[in-house]
Amino acid sequence: MPVYSEKVMQHFMNPHNVGEIADADGIGEIGNPVCGDMMTFYIKVKDNRLEDVKYKTFGCGAAIAVSSMVSDMVKGKTLEEALTVTPSMVAKELEGLPKNKFHCSNLGAQALRKAIRNYAIKNKIDIPGLTDQEEPEEEDEHACET
Amino acid sequence: MDNVAAAPLLPEVREAMMPFLKETFGNPQSLHSWGDGARDALEKAREQVASLIGGVAEEVFFTCSGTESNNMAVKGIARARADKGKHIIISAIEHFSVMNSARTLEKEGFEVTMVPVNSYGIVDPDEIVRNIRKDTVLVSIMHANGEVGTIEPIVEIAKKLPKDGPAFHTDAVASTGNIPINVKELGIHALSLAGNQFYGPRGSAALWVKRGVRILPLMDGGIQEGGRRPGTEDVPAIVGLGKAAEIAKAEIPAKSSRFIRLRDLLIEGVLNKIEHSMLTGHPTQRLPNYASFCLRFIEGEGMLMLLDSHGIAGASGSACTSRALKASHVLLAMGISHEVSQGSMLFTLGLDNTEDDVAYVLEKLPQVVDRLRQMSPLYSKFIKEQKG
Repeated sequence: MPVYSEKVMQHFMNPHNVGEIADADGIGEIGNPVCGDMMTFYIKVKDNRLEDVKYKTFGCGAAIAVSSMVSDMVKGKTLEEALTVTPSMVAKELEGLPKNKFHCSNLGAQALRKAIRNYAIKNKIDIPGLTDQEEPEEEDEHACET
Repeated sequence: MDNVAAAPLLPEVREAMMPFLKETFGNPQSLHSWGDGARDALEKAREQVASLIGGVAEEVFFTCSGTESNNMAVKGIARARADKGKHIIISAIEHFSVMNSARTLEKEGFEVTMVPVNSYGIVDPDEIVRNIRKDTVLVSIMHANGEVGTIEPIVEIAKKLPKDGPAFHTDAVASTGNIPINVKELGIHALSLAGNQFYGPRGSAALWVKRGVRILPLMDGGIQEGGRRPGTEDVPAIVGLGKAAEIAKAEIPAKSSRFIRLRDLLIEGVLNKIEHSMLTGHPTQRLPNYASFCLRFIEGEGMLMLLDSHGIAGASGSACTSRALKASHVLLAMGISHEVSQGSMLFTLGLDNTEDDVAYVLEKLPQVVDRLRQMSPLYSKFIKEQKG
Protein backbone atom coordinates (compact mmCIF):
# COMPACT_ATOMS: atom_id res chain seq x y z
CA MET A 1 0.00 0.00 0.00
CA PRO A 2 1.22 3.51 -0.65
CA VAL A 3 2.46 5.56 2.24
CA TYR A 4 -0.12 8.22 2.85
CA SER A 5 0.09 11.19 5.19
CA GLU A 6 -1.91 11.16 8.38
CA LYS A 7 -4.22 13.78 6.87
CA VAL A 8 -4.94 11.62 3.83
CA MET A 9 -5.67 8.67 6.11
CA GLN A 10 -8.03 10.77 8.24
CA HIS A 11 -10.01 11.92 5.21
CA PHE A 12 -9.99 8.45 3.69
CA MET A 13 -11.18 6.75 6.87
CA ASN A 14 -13.82 9.43 7.56
CA PRO A 15 -14.55 11.28 4.37
CA HIS A 16 -16.58 14.48 4.80
CA ASN A 17 -19.60 15.47 2.70
CA VAL A 18 -20.05 12.17 0.85
CA GLY A 19 -23.28 11.87 -1.08
CA GLU A 20 -25.42 13.29 -3.84
CA ILE A 21 -27.62 16.39 -3.98
CA ALA A 22 -30.91 15.47 -5.58
CA ASP A 23 -31.72 19.03 -6.72
CA ALA A 24 -28.13 20.10 -7.36
CA ASP A 25 -27.54 23.43 -9.08
CA GLY A 26 -24.46 22.05 -10.79
CA ILE A 27 -22.94 18.62 -11.43
CA GLY A 28 -19.41 17.87 -12.56
CA GLU A 29 -18.13 14.44 -13.48
CA ILE A 30 -14.56 13.58 -14.28
CA GLY A 31 -12.24 10.65 -14.75
CA ASN A 32 -13.15 7.27 -16.03
CA PRO A 33 -13.42 3.92 -14.35
CA VAL A 34 -10.99 2.34 -16.80
CA CYS A 35 -8.20 4.39 -15.25
CA GLY A 36 -9.36 3.66 -11.76
CA ASP A 37 -10.70 7.04 -10.70
CA MET A 38 -14.02 8.71 -11.22
CA MET A 39 -15.52 11.63 -9.31
CA THR A 40 -18.89 13.31 -9.47
CA PHE A 41 -19.30 16.61 -7.62
CA TYR A 42 -22.67 18.14 -6.78
CA ILE A 43 -23.07 21.79 -5.75
CA LYS A 44 -25.87 23.86 -4.30
CA VAL A 45 -25.43 27.60 -4.84
CA LYS A 46 -27.05 30.39 -2.83
CA ASP A 47 -26.18 34.09 -3.18
CA ASN A 48 -23.13 33.21 -5.24
CA ARG A 49 -21.84 30.93 -2.47
CA LEU A 50 -21.40 27.18 -2.37
CA GLU A 51 -24.08 26.47 0.16
CA ASP A 52 -23.51 22.73 -0.12
CA VAL A 53 -20.97 20.47 -1.80
CA LYS A 54 -21.25 16.71 -2.08
CA TYR A 55 -19.55 14.07 -4.18
CA LYS A 56 -19.28 10.42 -5.04
CA THR A 57 -15.91 8.91 -5.79
CA PHE A 58 -14.72 5.65 -7.31
CA GLY A 59 -11.03 5.31 -6.78
CA CYS A 60 -8.07 4.76 -4.55
CA GLY A 61 -7.50 6.11 -1.06
CA ALA A 62 -5.97 9.29 -2.42
CA ALA A 63 -8.92 9.97 -4.73
CA ILE A 64 -11.35 9.65 -1.83
CA ALA A 65 -9.27 11.86 0.47
CA VAL A 66 -8.90 14.47 -2.29
CA SER A 67 -12.68 14.61 -2.83
CA SER A 68 -13.24 15.04 0.88
CA MET A 69 -10.59 17.75 1.16
CA VAL A 70 -11.84 19.70 -1.86
CA SER A 71 -15.38 19.67 -0.47
CA ASP A 72 -14.09 21.01 2.85
CA MET A 73 -11.98 23.67 1.21
CA VAL A 74 -14.73 25.18 -0.92
CA LYS A 75 -17.87 24.75 1.12
CA GLY A 76 -19.23 28.17 2.09
CA LYS A 77 -16.89 29.96 -0.30
CA THR A 78 -18.00 32.22 -3.14
CA LEU A 79 -17.81 30.68 -6.60
CA GLU A 80 -14.86 32.93 -7.48
CA GLU A 81 -13.01 31.83 -4.36
CA ALA A 82 -13.76 28.19 -5.03
CA LEU A 83 -12.29 28.49 -8.53
CA THR A 84 -8.95 29.57 -7.11
CA VAL A 85 -8.41 26.16 -5.53
CA THR A 86 -5.63 24.38 -7.41
CA PRO A 87 -4.50 20.74 -7.32
CA SER A 88 -1.30 21.67 -5.51
CA MET A 89 -3.28 23.54 -2.85
CA VAL A 90 -5.34 20.40 -2.30
CA ALA A 91 -2.23 18.24 -2.11
CA LYS A 92 -0.64 20.68 0.32
CA GLU A 93 -3.69 20.67 2.60
CA LEU A 94 -3.48 16.87 2.59
CA GLU A 95 0.13 17.12 3.75
CA GLY A 96 1.35 15.78 0.45
CA LEU A 97 0.46 12.91 -1.87
CA PRO A 98 2.68 10.13 -3.20
CA LYS A 99 4.11 11.18 -6.56
CA ASN A 100 2.22 8.60 -8.57
CA LYS A 101 -1.06 9.69 -6.92
CA PHE A 102 -0.74 13.39 -7.58
CA HIS A 103 -3.08 13.14 -10.56
CA CYS A 104 -5.87 12.38 -8.11
CA SER A 105 -5.63 15.93 -6.78
CA ASN A 106 -6.12 17.26 -10.32
CA LEU A 107 -9.31 15.28 -10.57
CA GLY A 108 -10.81 16.82 -7.44
CA ALA A 109 -10.23 20.43 -8.48
CA GLN A 110 -11.37 19.67 -12.03
CA ALA A 111 -14.56 17.92 -11.00
CA LEU A 112 -15.49 20.91 -8.84
CA ARG A 113 -14.70 23.35 -11.67
CA LYS A 114 -16.90 21.31 -13.98
CA ALA A 115 -19.76 21.46 -11.51
CA ILE A 116 -19.42 25.26 -11.28
CA ARG A 117 -19.27 25.51 -15.07
CA ASN A 118 -22.38 23.38 -15.31
CA TYR A 119 -24.10 25.82 -12.93
CA ALA A 120 -22.89 28.86 -14.91
CA ILE A 121 -24.12 27.43 -18.21
CA LYS A 122 -27.50 26.51 -16.78
CA ASN A 123 -27.95 29.99 -15.35
CA LYS A 124 -26.31 31.77 -18.27
CA ILE A 125 -23.89 33.66 -16.07
CA ASP A 126 -20.27 34.51 -16.46
CA ILE A 127 -17.99 33.82 -13.53
CA PRO A 128 -14.53 35.39 -13.51
CA GLY A 129 -11.93 32.69 -13.28
CA LEU A 130 -14.07 30.08 -14.98
CA THR A 131 -13.41 30.88 -18.61
CA ASP A 132 -10.08 32.65 -18.48
CA GLN A 133 -8.35 29.43 -17.67
CA GLU A 134 -7.94 26.56 -20.05
CA GLU A 135 -9.30 23.36 -18.72
CA PRO A 136 -6.45 20.86 -18.68
CA GLU A 137 -8.89 17.99 -18.38
CA GLU A 138 -7.74 15.85 -21.28
CA GLU A 139 -4.06 16.36 -20.75
CA ASP A 140 -3.68 16.10 -17.01
CA GLU A 141 -0.95 14.06 -15.46
CA HIS A 142 -3.11 11.02 -15.28
CA ALA A 143 -0.84 8.04 -15.54
CA CYS A 144 -3.56 5.88 -17.01
CA GLU A 145 -2.99 4.27 -20.36
CA THR A 146 -5.73 2.27 -21.94
CA MET B 1 -4.50 -13.36 4.44
CA ASP B 2 -1.75 -12.29 2.13
CA ASN B 3 0.49 -15.26 2.76
CA VAL B 4 2.05 -15.51 -0.68
CA ALA B 5 3.50 -12.01 -0.30
CA ALA B 6 5.30 -12.87 2.91
CA ALA B 7 4.97 -15.67 5.42
CA PRO B 8 6.90 -16.42 8.58
CA LEU B 9 9.66 -18.98 8.50
CA LEU B 10 8.70 -22.28 10.03
CA PRO B 11 10.51 -22.67 13.36
CA GLU B 12 12.04 -25.95 12.13
CA VAL B 13 13.41 -24.15 9.09
CA ARG B 14 14.92 -21.44 11.24
CA GLU B 15 16.46 -24.06 13.53
CA ALA B 16 17.98 -25.89 10.58
CA MET B 17 19.52 -22.64 9.33
CA MET B 18 20.91 -21.42 12.63
CA PRO B 19 24.11 -23.52 12.76
CA PHE B 20 25.05 -22.19 9.32
CA LEU B 21 24.62 -18.62 10.47
CA LYS B 22 26.70 -19.30 13.58
CA GLU B 23 29.40 -21.97 13.76
CA THR B 24 29.26 -23.82 10.42
CA PHE B 25 30.21 -20.91 8.19
CA GLY B 26 32.42 -22.79 5.72
CA ASN B 27 32.50 -22.26 1.99
CA PRO B 28 31.31 -25.40 0.19
CA GLN B 29 34.11 -25.01 -2.33
CA SER B 30 36.87 -25.08 0.31
CA LEU B 31 38.92 -28.23 0.66
CA HIS B 32 38.98 -28.40 4.44
CA SER B 33 36.66 -29.67 7.10
CA TRP B 34 34.70 -26.41 7.45
CA GLY B 35 34.08 -26.54 3.75
CA ASP B 36 33.06 -30.19 4.00
CA GLY B 37 30.31 -29.37 6.49
CA ALA B 38 28.87 -26.71 4.24
CA ARG B 39 29.19 -28.91 1.16
CA ASP B 40 27.36 -31.78 2.83
CA ALA B 41 24.60 -29.43 3.89
CA LEU B 42 24.31 -28.07 0.36
CA GLU B 43 24.01 -31.54 -1.15
CA LYS B 44 21.49 -32.62 1.45
CA ALA B 45 19.35 -29.58 0.58
CA ARG B 46 19.67 -30.42 -3.09
CA GLU B 47 18.30 -33.89 -2.39
CA GLN B 48 15.47 -32.49 -0.29
CA VAL B 49 14.43 -30.12 -3.06
CA ALA B 50 14.74 -32.80 -5.72
CA SER B 51 12.62 -35.12 -3.63
CA LEU B 52 9.85 -32.51 -3.32
CA ILE B 53 9.48 -32.37 -7.10
CA GLY B 54 10.35 -35.96 -7.96
CA GLY B 55 13.63 -35.05 -9.62
CA VAL B 56 17.26 -36.03 -9.24
CA ALA B 57 19.56 -33.96 -7.01
CA GLU B 58 22.09 -33.30 -9.79
CA GLU B 59 19.34 -31.59 -11.77
CA VAL B 60 18.65 -28.95 -9.12
CA PHE B 61 20.44 -25.59 -9.33
CA PHE B 62 20.10 -23.12 -6.49
CA THR B 63 19.28 -19.50 -7.28
CA CYS B 64 18.25 -16.48 -5.23
CA SER B 65 14.64 -15.98 -6.31
CA GLY B 66 11.82 -17.33 -8.42
CA THR B 67 12.47 -14.40 -10.71
CA GLU B 68 16.07 -15.48 -11.18
CA SER B 69 15.04 -19.08 -11.86
CA ASN B 70 12.59 -17.91 -14.52
CA ASN B 71 15.15 -15.60 -16.12
CA MET B 72 17.71 -18.37 -16.12
CA ALA B 73 15.30 -20.88 -17.65
CA VAL B 74 13.79 -18.71 -20.35
CA LYS B 75 16.91 -16.86 -21.46
CA GLY B 76 19.37 -19.64 -20.66
CA ILE B 77 17.53 -22.38 -22.55
CA ALA B 78 16.48 -20.21 -25.50
CA ARG B 79 20.00 -18.88 -25.97
CA ALA B 80 21.53 -22.34 -25.70
CA ARG B 81 19.24 -23.50 -28.50
CA ALA B 82 19.45 -20.41 -30.68
CA ASP B 83 21.25 -22.39 -33.38
CA LYS B 84 18.13 -24.57 -33.74
CA GLY B 85 15.72 -21.66 -34.00
CA LYS B 86 14.61 -18.41 -32.50
CA HIS B 87 10.95 -18.81 -31.69
CA ILE B 88 9.48 -19.20 -28.21
CA ILE B 89 5.94 -19.55 -26.86
CA ILE B 90 4.65 -18.19 -23.55
CA SER B 91 1.16 -17.49 -22.24
CA ALA B 92 -0.49 -14.12 -21.73
CA ILE B 93 -0.63 -14.55 -17.96
CA GLU B 94 3.00 -15.37 -17.18
CA HIS B 95 4.80 -13.67 -14.32
CA PHE B 96 6.75 -10.55 -15.30
CA SER B 97 10.01 -12.45 -14.89
CA VAL B 98 8.98 -14.72 -17.79
CA MET B 99 7.22 -11.95 -19.78
CA ASN B 100 10.14 -9.58 -19.59
CA SER B 101 12.72 -12.29 -20.22
CA ALA B 102 10.82 -13.04 -23.42
CA ARG B 103 10.88 -9.34 -24.25
CA THR B 104 14.65 -9.29 -23.80
CA LEU B 105 14.95 -12.28 -26.11
CA GLU B 106 12.90 -10.38 -28.69
CA LYS B 107 15.57 -7.71 -28.72
CA GLU B 108 18.09 -10.46 -29.40
CA GLY B 109 16.19 -11.51 -32.49
CA PHE B 110 13.85 -14.14 -31.05
CA GLU B 111 10.20 -14.19 -31.99
CA VAL B 112 7.72 -14.59 -29.15
CA THR B 113 4.21 -15.97 -29.49
CA MET B 114 1.92 -15.24 -26.58
CA VAL B 115 -0.95 -17.71 -26.40
CA PRO B 116 -4.23 -16.48 -24.89
CA VAL B 117 -6.12 -17.95 -21.93
CA ASN B 118 -9.84 -18.52 -21.46
CA SER B 119 -11.98 -16.71 -18.91
CA TYR B 120 -10.73 -19.05 -16.17
CA GLY B 121 -7.16 -18.23 -17.04
CA ILE B 122 -6.51 -21.64 -18.60
CA VAL B 123 -4.22 -22.13 -21.59
CA ASP B 124 -5.56 -24.35 -24.37
CA PRO B 125 -2.93 -27.05 -25.14
CA ASP B 126 -4.13 -27.19 -28.75
CA GLU B 127 -3.48 -23.50 -29.10
CA ILE B 128 0.12 -24.14 -28.20
CA VAL B 129 0.39 -26.99 -30.67
CA ARG B 130 -1.07 -24.75 -33.39
CA ASN B 131 1.68 -22.23 -32.75
CA ILE B 132 4.58 -24.67 -32.75
CA ARG B 133 6.96 -24.06 -35.63
CA LYS B 134 10.09 -25.79 -36.84
CA ASP B 135 12.17 -23.11 -35.17
CA THR B 136 10.32 -23.16 -31.83
CA VAL B 137 12.98 -23.85 -29.21
CA LEU B 138 11.16 -23.15 -25.96
CA VAL B 139 7.66 -23.23 -24.52
CA SER B 140 7.23 -21.64 -21.07
CA ILE B 141 3.83 -21.96 -19.42
CA MET B 142 3.32 -21.42 -15.70
CA HIS B 143 2.16 -24.29 -13.54
CA ALA B 144 -0.19 -22.13 -11.50
CA ASN B 145 -0.96 -18.45 -11.67
CA GLY B 146 0.08 -16.28 -8.75
CA GLU B 147 -2.82 -13.84 -9.01
CA VAL B 148 -5.85 -16.05 -9.48
CA GLY B 149 -4.48 -19.47 -8.54
CA THR B 150 -5.56 -21.23 -11.74
CA ILE B 151 -3.62 -24.45 -12.39
CA GLU B 152 -2.56 -24.97 -16.00
CA PRO B 153 -2.83 -28.29 -17.88
CA ILE B 154 0.92 -28.86 -17.99
CA VAL B 155 0.68 -32.62 -18.49
CA GLU B 156 -1.65 -32.24 -21.48
CA ILE B 157 0.59 -29.61 -23.02
CA ALA B 158 3.69 -31.77 -22.54
CA LYS B 159 1.95 -34.75 -24.15
CA LYS B 160 1.05 -32.73 -27.22
CA LEU B 161 4.46 -31.22 -27.80
CA PRO B 162 6.42 -32.88 -30.60
CA LYS B 163 9.18 -35.22 -29.49
CA ASP B 164 12.60 -33.67 -30.00
CA GLY B 165 10.74 -30.37 -30.35
CA PRO B 166 10.93 -27.37 -28.07
CA ALA B 167 12.12 -27.50 -24.48
CA PHE B 168 9.25 -27.08 -22.02
CA HIS B 169 9.75 -24.90 -18.93
CA THR B 170 7.15 -24.28 -16.26
CA ASP B 171 7.17 -21.53 -13.65
CA ALA B 172 5.97 -23.44 -10.59
CA VAL B 173 6.81 -20.75 -8.06
CA ALA B 174 3.21 -20.36 -6.90
CA SER B 175 2.49 -24.09 -6.80
CA THR B 176 5.63 -25.84 -5.51
CA GLY B 177 5.23 -26.84 -1.90
CA ASN B 178 1.47 -26.25 -2.07
CA ILE B 179 0.34 -29.04 -4.36
CA PRO B 180 2.07 -32.32 -5.28
CA ILE B 181 4.52 -31.91 -8.13
CA ASN B 182 6.41 -34.56 -10.02
CA VAL B 183 8.58 -33.34 -12.85
CA LYS B 184 8.53 -36.74 -14.56
CA GLU B 185 4.75 -36.92 -14.54
CA LEU B 186 4.52 -33.36 -15.76
CA GLY B 187 6.74 -34.23 -18.71
CA ILE B 188 8.70 -31.00 -18.59
CA HIS B 189 12.35 -30.03 -19.08
CA ALA B 190 12.71 -27.25 -16.53
CA LEU B 191 10.85 -25.99 -13.46
CA SER B 192 11.26 -22.88 -11.32
CA LEU B 193 10.48 -22.89 -7.60
CA ALA B 194 10.97 -20.50 -4.68
CA GLY B 195 11.33 -21.26 -0.98
CA ASN B 196 9.39 -18.27 0.30
CA GLN B 197 6.22 -19.76 -1.18
CA PHE B 198 6.37 -22.69 1.22
CA TYR B 199 7.75 -21.22 4.44
CA GLY B 200 11.38 -21.26 3.43
CA PRO B 201 13.57 -18.18 3.59
CA ARG B 202 13.32 -15.39 1.06
CA GLY B 203 16.30 -15.39 -1.24
CA SER B 204 16.16 -19.17 -1.58
CA ALA B 205 15.01 -20.65 -4.86
CA ALA B 206 15.94 -23.22 -7.43
CA LEU B 207 15.70 -24.18 -11.05
CA TRP B 208 15.33 -27.83 -11.93
CA VAL B 209 16.72 -28.67 -15.35
CA LYS B 210 16.35 -32.14 -16.79
CA ARG B 211 19.61 -33.87 -17.51
CA GLY B 212 20.69 -33.36 -21.10
CA VAL B 213 18.88 -30.05 -21.56
CA ARG B 214 21.39 -27.37 -22.42
CA ILE B 215 21.24 -24.09 -20.58
CA LEU B 216 23.57 -21.09 -20.62
CA PRO B 217 24.33 -19.27 -17.37
CA LEU B 218 23.00 -15.72 -16.88
CA MET B 219 26.23 -14.70 -15.22
CA ASP B 220 29.80 -15.59 -15.99
CA GLY B 221 31.78 -16.86 -13.06
CA GLY B 222 33.21 -19.90 -11.41
CA ILE B 223 32.26 -23.50 -10.96
CA GLN B 224 29.46 -23.23 -8.41
CA GLU B 225 26.26 -25.05 -9.32
CA GLY B 226 28.09 -26.80 -12.13
CA GLY B 227 29.00 -23.44 -13.63
CA ARG B 228 25.38 -22.82 -14.50
CA ARG B 229 24.83 -20.49 -11.59
CA PRO B 230 28.19 -19.16 -10.38
CA GLY B 231 28.66 -17.16 -7.19
CA THR B 232 29.40 -18.18 -3.61
CA GLU B 233 26.47 -20.19 -2.30
CA ASP B 234 24.20 -18.77 0.39
CA VAL B 235 24.43 -21.90 2.52
CA PRO B 236 22.00 -20.89 5.32
CA ALA B 237 19.29 -19.94 2.80
CA ILE B 238 19.82 -23.14 0.82
CA VAL B 239 19.69 -25.25 3.98
CA GLY B 240 16.45 -23.46 4.89
CA LEU B 241 15.06 -24.17 1.43
CA GLY B 242 15.90 -27.85 1.79
CA LYS B 243 14.26 -28.12 5.19
CA ALA B 244 11.16 -26.27 3.99
CA ALA B 245 10.98 -28.63 1.00
CA GLU B 246 11.21 -31.68 3.24
CA ILE B 247 8.43 -30.39 5.49
CA ALA B 248 6.26 -29.32 2.57
CA LYS B 249 6.53 -32.75 0.99
CA ALA B 250 5.35 -34.44 4.16
CA GLU B 251 2.56 -31.97 4.83
CA ILE B 252 1.09 -31.20 1.41
CA PRO B 253 -1.82 -33.67 1.69
CA ALA B 254 -2.99 -32.49 5.12
CA LYS B 255 -2.25 -28.86 4.39
CA SER B 256 -4.05 -28.76 1.08
CA SER B 257 -7.22 -30.42 2.33
CA ARG B 258 -7.34 -27.95 5.21
CA PHE B 259 -6.74 -25.00 2.87
CA ILE B 260 -9.32 -26.21 0.37
CA ARG B 261 -11.96 -26.35 3.08
CA LEU B 262 -11.17 -22.82 4.32
CA ARG B 263 -10.80 -21.50 0.77
CA ASP B 264 -14.17 -22.85 -0.30
CA LEU B 265 -15.82 -21.45 2.82
CA LEU B 266 -14.36 -18.07 1.99
CA ILE B 267 -15.31 -18.23 -1.70
CA GLU B 268 -18.83 -19.39 -1.01
CA GLY B 269 -19.25 -16.77 1.71
CA VAL B 270 -18.02 -13.87 -0.40
CA LEU B 271 -20.13 -14.84 -3.43
CA ASN B 272 -23.22 -15.29 -1.25
CA LYS B 273 -22.82 -12.24 0.93
CA ILE B 274 -21.62 -9.72 -1.62
CA GLU B 275 -23.77 -8.88 -4.61
CA HIS B 276 -22.08 -8.23 -7.95
CA SER B 277 -19.05 -10.26 -7.01
CA MET B 278 -17.32 -12.90 -9.10
CA LEU B 279 -14.65 -15.48 -8.50
CA THR B 280 -11.56 -15.00 -10.66
CA GLY B 281 -9.77 -18.07 -11.95
CA HIS B 282 -11.07 -21.62 -12.21
CA PRO B 283 -13.54 -22.79 -9.52
CA THR B 284 -11.84 -26.14 -8.88
CA GLN B 285 -8.67 -26.19 -10.98
CA ARG B 286 -7.02 -23.77 -8.55
CA LEU B 287 -4.39 -23.65 -5.82
CA PRO B 288 -5.73 -24.74 -2.40
CA ASN B 289 -4.72 -21.48 -0.74
CA TYR B 290 -6.10 -19.00 -3.30
CA ALA B 291 -9.40 -17.14 -3.03
CA SER B 292 -9.57 -14.35 -5.60
CA PHE B 293 -12.44 -12.13 -6.63
CA CYS B 294 -13.57 -9.08 -8.52
CA LEU B 295 -16.06 -6.96 -6.59
CA ARG B 296 -17.76 -4.53 -8.93
CA PHE B 297 -18.14 -0.74 -8.63
CA ILE B 298 -15.25 -0.30 -6.23
CA GLU B 299 -11.50 -0.08 -6.38
CA GLY B 300 -8.99 -2.40 -4.73
CA GLU B 301 -6.75 0.00 -2.87
CA GLY B 302 -9.55 1.50 -0.81
CA MET B 303 -10.67 -2.03 0.01
CA LEU B 304 -7.18 -3.03 1.17
CA MET B 305 -6.86 0.11 3.31
CA LEU B 306 -10.20 -0.42 5.03
CA LEU B 307 -9.52 -4.13 5.54
CA ASP B 308 -6.13 -3.23 6.97
CA SER B 309 -7.87 -0.98 9.50
CA HIS B 310 -9.75 -4.11 10.63
CA GLY B 311 -6.49 -6.05 10.86
CA ILE B 312 -7.05 -8.00 7.64
CA ALA B 313 -4.28 -8.20 5.04
CA GLY B 314 -5.14 -8.92 1.42
CA ALA B 315 -3.88 -8.05 -2.04
CA SER B 316 -5.34 -6.58 -5.20
CA GLY B 317 -4.50 -6.38 -8.89
CA SER B 318 -6.20 -3.03 -9.40
CA ALA B 319 -4.40 -0.29 -11.31
CA CYS B 320 -4.31 2.01 -8.30
CA THR B 321 -2.56 -0.54 -6.13
CA SER B 322 0.23 -1.11 -8.61
CA ARG B 323 3.07 1.34 -8.62
CA ALA B 324 2.78 1.61 -12.38
CA LEU B 325 -0.97 2.30 -12.08
CA LYS B 326 -1.73 -0.47 -14.54
CA ALA B 327 -4.46 -3.03 -14.22
CA SER B 328 -3.39 -6.65 -13.81
CA HIS B 329 -2.39 -8.17 -17.16
CA VAL B 330 -3.68 -11.50 -15.85
CA LEU B 331 -7.23 -10.27 -15.27
CA LEU B 332 -7.28 -8.41 -18.59
CA ALA B 333 -6.03 -11.52 -20.42
CA MET B 334 -8.94 -13.43 -18.88
CA GLY B 335 -11.32 -11.01 -20.56
CA ILE B 336 -12.19 -9.06 -17.43
CA SER B 337 -12.75 -5.37 -18.26
CA HIS B 338 -10.51 -2.63 -16.92
CA GLU B 339 -13.40 -1.35 -14.87
CA VAL B 340 -14.20 -4.66 -13.20
CA SER B 341 -10.52 -5.50 -12.68
CA GLN B 342 -10.26 -2.41 -10.47
CA GLY B 343 -12.26 -4.29 -7.86
CA SER B 344 -9.85 -7.21 -7.71
CA MET B 345 -9.26 -8.77 -4.32
CA LEU B 346 -6.99 -11.67 -3.47
CA PHE B 347 -6.75 -13.63 -0.23
CA THR B 348 -4.04 -16.27 0.15
CA LEU B 349 -4.34 -18.61 3.09
CA GLY B 350 -1.51 -19.54 5.38
CA LEU B 351 -0.87 -22.16 8.04
CA ASP B 352 -1.95 -19.76 10.79
CA ASN B 353 -5.36 -19.04 9.29
CA THR B 354 -8.37 -20.61 10.96
CA GLU B 355 -12.08 -20.91 10.37
CA ASP B 356 -12.49 -17.94 12.72
CA ASP B 357 -10.31 -15.84 10.44
CA VAL B 358 -12.50 -16.74 7.48
CA ALA B 359 -15.61 -15.86 9.49
CA TYR B 360 -14.05 -12.55 10.46
CA VAL B 361 -13.27 -11.69 6.82
CA LEU B 362 -16.81 -12.66 5.88
CA GLU B 363 -18.09 -10.29 8.55
CA LYS B 364 -15.88 -7.32 7.64
CA LEU B 365 -15.48 -7.56 3.87
CA PRO B 366 -19.18 -7.01 3.07
CA GLN B 367 -19.16 -3.91 5.31
CA VAL B 368 -16.08 -2.55 3.59
CA VAL B 369 -17.52 -3.21 0.15
CA ASP B 370 -20.84 -1.65 1.09
CA ARG B 371 -19.17 1.43 2.49
CA LEU B 372 -17.13 1.98 -0.68
CA ARG B 373 -20.13 1.30 -2.90
CA GLN B 374 -22.15 3.88 -1.01
CA MET B 375 -19.65 6.48 -2.15
CA SER B 376 -19.14 5.07 -5.65
CA PRO B 377 -20.69 7.02 -8.54
CA LEU B 378 -20.59 3.80 -10.59
CA TYR B 379 -22.75 2.03 -8.08
CA SER B 380 -25.33 4.81 -7.84
CA LYS B 381 -25.50 4.94 -11.66
CA PHE B 382 -26.00 1.19 -11.78
CA ILE B 383 -28.78 1.34 -9.18
CA LYS B 384 -30.53 4.16 -11.03
CA GLU B 385 -30.31 2.31 -14.33
CA GLN B 386 -31.72 -0.81 -12.72
CA LYS B 387 -34.65 1.11 -11.33
CA GLY B 388 -35.40 2.66 -14.43
